[in-house]
Amino acid sequence: MAILVMSGLAATIALLLIVAARRLPGDKQAVVEQLNTLLPQIQCGRCDYPGCRPYAAAILAGEAQINQCPPGGEATIQAIATLLELPRLAPDRSFGIHDALTTAVINEKDCIGCARCLQECPVDAILGARFFTHTVITDECTGCELCIPSCPVDCIRMSMRGAGAPQNQS
Amino acid sequence: MPGYDLQPRRPSWGIRVAARKTRSTSHPIILAPPPREAIISLNQCSGSPAEPVVEPGEKVATGQPIAKPVFPGGVGIHASISGVVVAIEERLVFSASHSTEPCIIIRGDGSDKIWAEYQPIDDPLSLGAADIRQCIADAGIVGLGGALFPTAKKLSTEQTIHALILNGVECEPYISCDEVLLRYHANNVLRGAQILMKGAGTERCILAMETDMPEARVAVHEALEILNDDRINVSLVTAKYPSGGERQVLELVTRQEVSSGKLPADIGYLCQNVGTAAAVADFFATGRPVISRIITVTGYGVSRPVNIEARIGTPVAELISIAGGYQGTPGRLIAGGPMMGIALPNDSIPVGKANNCIIAVAPGELSDDQPELPCIRCSECLHACPARLLPQELLVACRSKNMEAFETLGLMDCIECGCCDYVCPSAIPLTSMFTLAKTRVREAQAEQQRAIHARQRFEARETRLAMLAEQREQELESQSAEGITTSKIDELMARASGQANTDPDVDPGTNPGTNPDTHPGQS
Repeated sequence: MAILVMSGLAATIALLLIVAARRLPGDKQAVVEQLNTLLPQIQCGRCDYPGCRPYAAAILAGEAQINQCPPGGEATIQAIATLLELPRLAPDRSFGIHDALTTAVINEKDCIGCARCLQECPVDAILGARFFTHTVITDECTGCELCIPSCPVDCIRMSMRGAGAPQNQS
Repeated sequence: MPGYDLQPRRPSWGIRVAARKTRSTSHPIILAPPPREAIISLNQCSGSPAEPVVEPGEKVATGQPIAKPVFPGGVGIHASISGVVVAIEERLVFSASHSTEPCIIIRGDGSDKIWAEYQPIDDPLSLGAADIRQCIADAGIVGLGGALFPTAKKLSTEQTIHALILNGVECEPYISCDEVLLRYHANNVLRGAQILMKGAGTERCILAMETDMPEARVAVHEALEILNDDRINVSLVTAKYPSGGERQVLELVTRQEVSSGKLPADIGYLCQNVGTAAAVADFFATGRPVISRIITVTGYGVSRPVNIEARIGTPVAELISIAGGYQGTPGRLIAGGPMMGIALPNDSIPVGKANNCIIAVAPGELSDDQPELPCIRCSECLHACPARLLPQELLVACRSKNMEAFETLGLMDCIECGCCDYVCPSAIPLTSMFTLAKTRVREAQAEQQRAIHARQRFEARETRLAMLAEQREQELESQSAEGITTSKIDELMARASGQANTDPDVDPGTNPGTNPDTHPGQS
């Protein structure tokens, strides 16, 4: 008798829980937020999504793998895998390789002031105006490299973070 | 004896090491002559370096301010000799990484002319707490125990302070500058304590001393009788390393522990070094800011170990020559004690406010590096650890770079005292591994902060772009309401999207002048 009561109780509770899980929507937005904080916020778009938050949303929607973030490297994969209780994956090198952090440097002698890189910077770290020389606010630069292809005169290059602004080459 | 707690407090952790202090305590403090050239580092206060207020070529007098703090609560730096500022440049200074720091270099004129605005303050105890703190900050007083935390900032805590703890527990071997200070200038320390009590708004002071400094105890007792201040008590601590650490001395004296991540002020205590108290008393009595400090010059590598009151910026070599010069085969030079000190690359390095000891080590005097052996899990280290950590577990975490374990094991509470190294039978360099790991953790935290900042900027930009797009939409709508044909709208739309993609052929004249919010650099 006791066994019947206990198993009946367990079955009822299990049923209730299943129904609750189906009916009540999980707070997806909160998980996206949480996932977003695990990403390095470089906003480089190398994961094929236009920024860290869209990538976080795509992971949760099952559209993207957790190993598409080259700047985050293995540490990010580990953190996401732990959060979502997914198996760890090896970094997918087709999206890029994990490397030391860099910042962009504009060679101000060559800059023609076209203002194209200003639009590309995801964190507004380039200061300048049309027909005026631009410069990178090093403290704000995440090193996403998105400004590099936009430059028509190839005057932007990446330098190691913390190395200080190198002298402009003449 | 009144005001004496005769029962010494005995720590359960720590190690017993040969003190080797008596060689340097047998002479009174020697007042060093001003150096020919003072090299004063701008990093004389924890936080960022001070900003020079003098120019090369300018004449300065002893005690004149030469640098001002860059952040509120910091303290400035004063010229330690009179002469001419010859340069402000990077010089090799005392630091773990043997790095250079910006220094002000003053060439002495030999006159040691005192700055005119340097006045004693009569009756400091009649001043208010805020005035006292302001004076202490103006005098450039920082924690002279080695932490260099601005004393005034420490005093201006919002917590209620039950008692001021004066730390005279000089647990590290060789160092004796606090002991001789108490022995020869006990009344100065106690007068400083009175001023500090006033500044912190407390009515109790506990002077913590070690059991192995009997002469200093006698001197303090005599000074206390003359001063007749029953607010000041003396507490004794068994001589064991590292009972002189701020948290350690507090735990021994008050039997209360400071939780991880908290400050002593959070449990109502303020800890100050006795040297800091003496500097405070000196400033109020003479108007003299911190331009010198007592430094122990000892070790079997010098012929006459001694305590020297040296000007800030004096090169180590001059102090060694006051201590009778090198003797025998020279070994290493260590700044600080043998447990936590740092080897100096040469003897032209200047001393700063943090330097309490210079040891010229003769060969074989201190144990040399031994080959590292595997951990045998003897757990000697955990008995020695004054922060009650598990060094052998931390070692595993360091080797596997397990950042989460660092947090659960309390790596950041490691005080880098070196006890685990000392007791380790396998000679594992635990402390240096922990120091490195702590740097890693701080870097990771900085990276985390940077990521949050980047995310905020990214989100701000997204919001702005969305707002601009909406504005453009509304403009188009209003224009179409005025009867513009569909083809015109299409043209405008094309132009708008062309601007968004930065079409190279876009004429600057067609830039969205209609967007008054647009920043020139961020259109």
